Amino acid sequence: MDAIILQILNGLDKGSAYALIALGLTLIFGTLGVVNFAHGALFMIGAFCAVTLSRLLSLSHKVEVPGAVDFLGNPQMRDVPYIYDIFGESLGAGIIDWAVPLSILFAIPVMILIGVIMERGLIKHFYKRPHADQILVTFGLAIVLQEIIKYYYGANPIPTPAPSAFVGSFDFGALVGFEPGTIIYPYWRLVYFAFAAVIIGAVFAFLQFTTFGMVVRAGMADRETVGLLGINIDKRFTIMFGLAAAVAGLAGVMYTPINSPNYHMGMDFLVLSFVVVVVGGMGSLPGAVLAGFLLGILESFASMREVIAIIPGINQVIIYLVAIIILLTRPRGLMGRKGVMED
Amino acid sequence: MSKGNLTRRGVLKTGAVAGAGLALPTYLSAAGHEGFTNAPTGSTVTLGFNVPQSGPYADEGADELRAYELAVEHLNGEGDGGMLNTFSSKALDGTGILGKKVEYVTGDTQTKSDAARASAKSMIEKDGAVMITGGSSSGVAVAVQALCQEAGVIFMAGLTHSNDTTGKDKRANGFRHFFNSYMSGAALAPVLAANYGTDRKAYHLTADYNWGYTTEEAVKSSTEAMGWETVGTVLTPLTQTDFSSYITPVLQSDADVLVLNHYGGNMVNSLTNAVQFGLRDRIVNGKQFEIVVPLYSRLMAKGAGANVKGIFGSTNWHWSLQDEGSKAFVQSFGTKYGFPPSQAAHTCYVQALLYADAVQRAGSFAPCAVVEALEGFEFDGMGNGPTLYRAEDHQCFKDVLVVKGKENPSSEFDLLEIVEVTPVDQVTYAPDHPQFAGGALGTCNNGA
Repeated sequence: MDAIILQILNGLDKGSAYALIALGLTLIFGTLGVVNFAHGALFMIGAFCAVTLSRLLSLSHKVEVPGAVDFLGNPQMRDVPYIYDIFGESLGAGIIDWAVPLSILFAIPVMILIGVIMERGLIKHFYKRPHADQILVTFGLAIVLQEIIKYYYGANPIPTPAPSAFVGSFDFGALVGFEPGTIIYPYWRLVYFAFAAVIIGAVFAFLQFTTFGMVVRAGMADRETVGLLGINIDKRFTIMFGLAAAVAGLAGVMYTPINSPNYHMGMDFLVLSFVVVVVGGMGSLPGAVLAGFLLGILESFASMREVIAIIPGINQVIIYLVAIIILLTRPRGLMGRKGVMED
Repeated sequence: MSKGNLTRRGVLKTGAVAGAGLALPTYLSAAGHEGFTNAPTGSTVTLGFNVPQSGPYADEGADELRAYELAVEHLNGEGDGGMLNTFSSKALDGTGILGKKVEYVTGDTQTKSDAARASAKSMIEKDGAVMITGGSSSGVAVAVQALCQEAGVIFMAGLTHSNDTTGKDKRANGFRHFFNSYMSGAALAPVLAANYGTDRKAYHLTADYNWGYTTEEAVKSSTEAMGWETVGTVLTPLTQTDFSSYITPVLQSDADVLVLNHYGGNMVNSLTNAVQFGLRDRIVNGKQFEIVVPLYSRLMAKGAGANVKGIFGSTNWHWSLQDEGSKAFVQSFGTKYGFPPSQAAHTCYVQALLYADAVQRAGSFAPCAVVEALEGFEFDGMGNGPTLYRAEDHQCFKDVLVVKGKENPSSEFDLLEIVEVTPVDQVTYAPDHPQFAGGALGTCNNGA
């Protein structure tokens, strides 16, 4: 029982990342009709916003360490961040420690800007082109973006730890009456899950309860009629693209303490997120969230030793297997709408 | 009136014969001038450095390339000479190789076997490389080694740790200076037993490819020989990024040690996840839970940040070694690039020098002459103590370092501390050891 609870918990944080990326993907597909293969790259750029901010905060000058020498026998130098000079050592260290959560504020404008530039500069030229063209151009864009990041940040993963207050794990099992030490869950993963829930809730509320959201939903249902009513739907869709980029970016920022970011992390999530979108139903926001969590949890279960012992290799194929079964039984996905990608 | 014999078939036949006749001299001059592939004819000789310049190991590849450039400088008599001053063989004199100035071409392996073979092939066929060296993966090493064997050039492997490179996939034209999985296991097990005791239950997470299998087998058998019990082994996909669902079953098992047979990004992520899940704070079976990373690399340790602290592993070489060879190399590399070299840089630099020295001693670039010069060659002054290039499998036998993540690093390069220098005798095995069984060296190939 404790093993099952633990794998559900694991699935939830993995599912959170899938759901956040898939949410943006399906939002872009639902509004703009574009299959955006560069969406994983936006997740990766978000993660590198956290890396960038933590590097900016840690910008340092060198101070000689008295009596010490470096590997070449020269005087040993120590880095002292400028922020220590401004705020004092303890507050300065505290700010650097909280670099990842602070990056949220940094990432939102950056990601919206990148999203808008991407949409206006490249993707809008492909609205009327076949999906295959859109996939090719956005996939190419993803490769360009990741090569740019690799050029500046290198190919190795860059450790970006969570604030020290959230390092470590808590005994979830002891809280719910199991033997202590059986269900351990890291604090930051819980933070990630809560963060994802808030973001998903905010996106739904924005679309559901604001006039802007209503117009966008109307545009998703019938773009032409909304346009005939004199509403500039294109402008709103551009803003939605920026919003979707910000959601992916924030998912990336908060993911950095879970796994050290590298230039390739977007591609690692992209394929799975597409499966999530397809299983959830193309263009369906609740479908993307539901499928994200469902596949995250299933993937966790399939990695259990007991399961692998019965069906070897199941951990590598479970997501695709479930996708096939769902698409065979429900061709439009779990919550797909009629008419999407069917013309 | 005579009948003309100009038939379509006749024209084709004549054309084919003439074509073959015209092509033959080109073929001979290109490849077979002196009876071996790419025999250097002018005043220069070209070496092919095949390293990952893109893909996940690009940073390690960049460090390998730096080391090769330094080696070329030293071979051509530029710079401070580095390890040429400490190398026990004094055949090289800074005038290139056999008086020919060393030049080089580079290829990008991308850490993909097919891409690595294509770049090696291009360097051999288009650029006339007489030797191929480098790489950061066993899959690549095995693939390129086989290609070099067929092409008739020497392959000096870069970073490759799988037993198979000099085990079942060994080739007469291929040589490995780097240590291997068996040696890691043999060096680590006594240190682990001394620090963690002989009554331990180990759980292995293993990358699902060739290197992972041989490393798991090596560490498993050497720790079991010390009295440890292996309670679980699970293969993880190479593309896995979040290892949480593989870590949590460890919590459910009664294991008190987790062995991560992972390298590169896999290692960074699995170790980070294991620490996040509080494994290192656990007490199981009345003992402190421990994590072991059999193959350490400083470049990778950097990615895992503070998570490596106190974790045991093994490494081929480390810049903090204080022998004369290591000091000379670190000085030379550090002065040129501003930071200490990685173990990948070290093995590549040494391989380039060993090749050059073998050619010089043999008095010929012909692969079979080089093979003869390297087989059974004993040397010193290259950073690992007295070393033997064993004739039976073309594997170097030398001391192995057991290292531990440093608790208080003084710089971003000072991440590992040497716990023990395991003497070569302890990591030596018979050429027909079961972990290296199958395959044969075959005979050297001069190509052409």
